[in-house]
Amino acid sequence: MNDLFTIPVILGIIYSGLRLATPYLYASIGEAFVQNSGVYNLGVDGIMLMGAFSGFYVGMKTGNLWWGLLAAMGVGLLMGLLMAVVSVTLKAEQGISGIGLYMFGLGLSSLLFKKTMTGVESISGFQPVRIPLLGNIPYLGDVLFNHNLLVYGAFLLVPLASFILYKTPFGLMIRAVGQNPQAADTLGINVDRIRYITVSLGGMLAGIAGASLSISLINLFQENMTSGMGFIAIALVYFGSWRPWGIMGGALLFSFVNALQLWLQVLGVNFPYDFAVMLPYAMTILALAISVRRAAMPDALGKPFERGEF
Amino acid sequence: MKSVLSRLLMLVVLVALLLSACAPAATPAPTQAPEKPLRVAIVMPSSITDMAFSQGMYEAWVKVQQEMGGPSKLEIAYSENMFKVPDAAAAIRDYASQGYDIVIAHGSQYGTSLAQIAPEFPNTTFAWGTTTDTFADQGIKNVFAYNPAAEQGGYVLGTIAALMSKTGVLGVCGPVEAGDAKTYVDGFKYGAEQARPGVKVQVTYTGSFSDVSLMAAAAETHIAAGADMLTGSSQSVVGAIGVAKEKGAKWFGQQWDQTSLAPDIVVANQVYDYTGIIKDMIAKRKAGTLGGVAYTLTLENGGLTIKYNDRVPVPPEIKAKADEVIKGIIDGTIKPLP
Repeated sequence: MNDLFTIPVILGIIYSGLRLATPYLYASIGEAFVQNSGVYNLGVDGIMLMGAFSGFYVGMKTGNLWWGLLAAMGVGLLMGLLMAVVSVTLKAEQGISGIGLYMFGLGLSSLLFKKTMTGVESISGFQPVRIPLLGNIPYLGDVLFNHNLLVYGAFLLVPLASFILYKTPFGLMIRAVGQNPQAADTLGINVDRIRYITVSLGGMLAGIAGASLSISLINLFQENMTSGMGFIAIALVYFGSWRPWGIMGGALLFSFVNALQLWLQVLGVNFPYDFAVMLPYAMTILALAISVRRAAMPDALGKPFERGEF
Repeated sequence: MKSVLSRLLMLVVLVALLLSACAPAATPAPTQAPEKPLRVAIVMPSSITDMAFSQGMYEAWVKVQQEMGGPSKLEIAYSENMFKVPDAAAAIRDYASQGYDIVIAHGSQYGTSLAQIAPEFPNTTFAWGTTTDTFADQGIKNVFAYNPAAEQGGYVLGTIAALMSKTGVLGVCGPVEAGDAKTYVDGFKYGAEQARPGVKVQVTYTGSFSDVSLMAAAAETHIAAGADMLTGSSQSVVGAIGVAKEKGAKWFGQQWDQTSLAPDIVVANQVYDYTGIIKDMIAKRKAGTLGGVAYTLTLENGGLTIKYNDRVPVPPEIKAKADEVIKGIIDGTIKPLP
């Protein structure tokens, strides 16, 4: 047990934890925009799979990872747009259409993978970039400031999203539409347009989340490679009370505990592995029970907006 | 408005269902050969290109098909990615009721369902793995069982890894502590410890056969803790192999030849070869025996082979030691499990 609290172990946990948190951050913050505007999209995992596949495939074929990233964003955006058409214009039940979108993404990404590739192949993904000065800090420089661009991007997204949601007129409109679309409508805000923007944006970020797996962290595509990460990302939005900083707290808690349990096993700490594997989920549920503020939930979440309907 | 909406929803759900269910290739068209082909169906938890558990079974059948003379002699149908047991059970029942001669339930988790289905189709041959249980004690006579003695190759690879390691630390990336994954891991650890007393073998389990991301993190952790030789089991190891490649650690493959994933770091693989038991099952069925035999894949019967990668040379003295160990396991002087 004494081995656990040594500097290499703590640094190792930080390094792995930041990498594990990256896809969750993109997907959850995207979903936070969606839910703050009063829509929920359960199809995140399906969009992530499509993003992972298209990012990998285009990156591999063009030899340029940036084209891959762009493709993942584009595909994510289109899938978000599809969700917006179904949930905003057609006012479908969002839970069911989200699950439909998930199955669509799962099936289509597997089908495309089979039709275009002969098997699992790996590529060279985004390389780590050491940040000048900060990267030279002893110990911490290596684990905090020597990552690839998509990892940095995920953490920069947090203050950016927080700023947009809470400090800009656009963010105010998003929250107004999510809390009280009727009132927002009478003030001349186009409710449907705002929701189209947020659901598409959420799709785009879920696409990046998938690409972060296939071209920056694991650097390959395998069928169903997210294995349900998109659903955990949705849970993290609730965990973080719909606020980007809270979501980051949840993503880091989950990821650090996951990295910790791997170290517990590696160091041979006498501890049943089943409990170790359960630890991140147990901790997250516990923290959820203590911290979640249901009052923060957007009042109009999941309710399609109909003009003049009270 | 309402009906348009519900129709559209139905459409989306239907398309999604179709795409996810029908992704596997369709069964080959019926042929006009005078002799009716033998029809086999395989139900498996991951994909036929997983570089591990499912690919080994599928490709063995394809090989047997070629030897028998193509699809006109042996027809192969399959359902992949059946990671949910109820889906797999439905597929097994479907194939049996469609008159397939042999139905393979390729996943130890399918056992309870198979015990219910097999008695309903007494003329169908079922095979279930990885296990040693043919349900003979329940009076079921049409189930073959197969089980790779994964600890044997594990012991051999553990020997090689321990002797090649510079740091004296080995990392094992396990999925779920069960079935052939567990026996492989245990054999690897024991073999390493016997070959080099004092070697440190770190073992992790992720609790999932499919979590690629956590498997990658497990490999990262092993390497950070000093391991320079890694191995693992299940289809999710592709994540770990990627990390090993990036960090320059060596990899030992299990279940299938994983060399093509990382030709510069894969040292050797334990490969499962099911062709022998497949041919035997076909012969037994022709002779009227529909089940009741529990097969074991071993180094001795050729069900397990050690495949080296020429691009990562193993020093001759270590290779000689490995050959010695293989001989010892075959003649019984070495027990691969403690």
